[in-house]
Amino acid sequence: MKVKVKERVNWPITILLILGLVTVIFPLYLTVVIAFKKPSEMTNSISGILSLPKSWSFSNFAEAMRVTDFWHSLGNSVLITIVTVVLSILIHSMIGYVIGRSKSTSKFYKVAYLYIVSGMFVPFAILMMPLVKQTAQMGIDNIFGVILCYLVFYMPMNVLLYSGYLKNIPMALEEAAHVDGATTWKTYWSVIFPIMKPMHATVAVLTALGTWNDVMTPLVILAGSDVNTLPLAQMTFQTQFGTNYNLAFASYLLALLPILIFYLICQKQILNGVVNGAVK
Amino acid sequence: MNKLKKMNGRERTFLLITIPILALFFCFNTLPLIKGVIYSFTNFRGYGEFDWVGLRNYADLFTDARVGKSYLFTFKLAIVATIVVNVLSLILALGLNSKIKFKSALRGMYFVPNILGALVVGYIFNYFFTYILPAVVKMMGGKGDSILASSKWAWVAIVIVCAWQSVAMNTIIYISGLQTVPEDVYEAGSLDGATGWKKFRNLTFPLILPFFTINMVLCMKNFLMVFDQIMALTKGGPAQSTESISFLIYNNGMAGGQFGFQSANAVVFFVVIVVISVLQMNFLGNKEEQL
Repeated sequence: MKVKVKERVNWPITILLILGLVTVIFPLYLTVVIAFKKPSEMTNSISGILSLPKSWSFSNFAEAMRVTDFWHSLGNSVLITIVTVVLSILIHSMIGYVIGRSKSTSKFYKVAYLYIVSGMFVPFAILMMPLVKQTAQMGIDNIFGVILCYLVFYMPMNVLLYSGYLKNIPMALEEAAHVDGATTWKTYWSVIFPIMKPMHATVAVLTALGTWNDVMTPLVILAGSDVNTLPLAQMTFQTQFGTNYNLAFASYLLALLPILIFYLICQKQILNGVVNGAVK
Repeated sequence: MNKLKKMNGRERTFLLITIPILALFFCFNTLPLIKGVIYSFTNFRGYGEFDWVGLRNYADLFTDARVGKSYLFTFKLAIVATIVVNVLSLILALGLNSKIKFKSALRGMYFVPNILGALVVGYIFNYFFTYILPAVVKMMGGKGDSILASSKWAWVAIVIVCAWQSVAMNTIIYISGLQTVPEDVYEAGSLDGATGWKKFRNLTFPLILPFFTINMVLCMKNFLMVFDQIMALTKGGPAQSTESISFLIYNNGMAGGQFGFQSANAVVFFVVIVVISVLQMNFLGNKEEQL
């Protein structure tokens, strides 16, 4: 006999979890109130720092945008992220497909698979210095070079994801298209590529979060040029913020806002993508 | 050419796709890796001429106090942060998976730290540790020095910031693990009198062990490569007490004229990462099979 326990809301845990949210919200609250305040409001006591601003002024933001050349940095970040994500979906799905379909029958593709996936173990620290030299020699120590690097850095994970996902797609689909006279190339784009849509979403989320927030790659490859990404600009302009924390925090808030807004809109896809990526 | 013709269309298309992509991968992954290994046998400063020095860089690595210190720091950080993060996120996941109100809103909120850039988060916490925490401590009658300025305690601040972001990620993974545990396992368990800690220890935990493995591996790997948080919080200080391996390689290799020497450091670091990843996966993988 099963004893059916009546499902009741566990209020103590609910309340504890709501209280625990303080740890998440407090740093963000801090950022918002400091970003809106004038330096004169920042007295040395905590209440001076933590209280709500007397008037919500946007002047810090205007100043921060000017100092950090916000629109340029934002544009660069958006460009790098979007191009990387689109190319990753196109290229990594293709190589993932080829390898996923052939690695069990062909030794060459088996080796190619292991070769690419083992790239996951290579820390950026060892590639960093040679890559700086290499991109400079090739004349791609610019945004294009950064994108190329990302395409390679995310390839191991994405190939693993795509080739794993292919196991669920029956060969019969391709064979049917083949019988109808479609070439392999055409079959891929009209049959397989659309079917892999759930995995495209996962790859897009993981690649986008990674590239959007990455600092190290643009830091070393774009060094010496005055091209910035959004996070990189926060580092570059640290000295200009000086002790004007209101200006600095306005700039931090501006840097965090795009991804926060994006998260608000596609929360479900992002959570799914992250879980899929980690668990597979 | 003859061979290419003999292949059927499918094989040819596959090869035409694979070769350029493999070439790209080689160019920006394997080639720099090989160059890194080659540089590690030189006294290259990053510019100008250089000589071959054989294994001297490697010999020097093991006697270099600063390198030794950075390895100790990085491992201390990685181990402590991995434990802290996994304990906290397991508790949080159990809470978020129980019968609570506002479930999806709470889950969504707790994930927010993970999407934010580590560098900017680091700057925000930098302010918190420099001004707010000391002020609170002072109010309670303490001395009120910033822990970022203490070579003894600065690493704790870095653990806190790393944990703040990683807990979000690991919690989501644990939740998806908990969701795979079927309800009747608990019902059977409760008939056997399993409750509370006993239930968790003997029922829940073994069933989500694969997710524990994922989290351990993810955590260790990420924390061993920690960079952004260091850059934003301490820049390796005070007194070089918080230089992670990645930070040291960047700092001294790129700007400090130790290109060759830090390349050797990077090669050793690479080997360490591979060994740890393989060990971890074997060890935790074996444990899973035994169950």
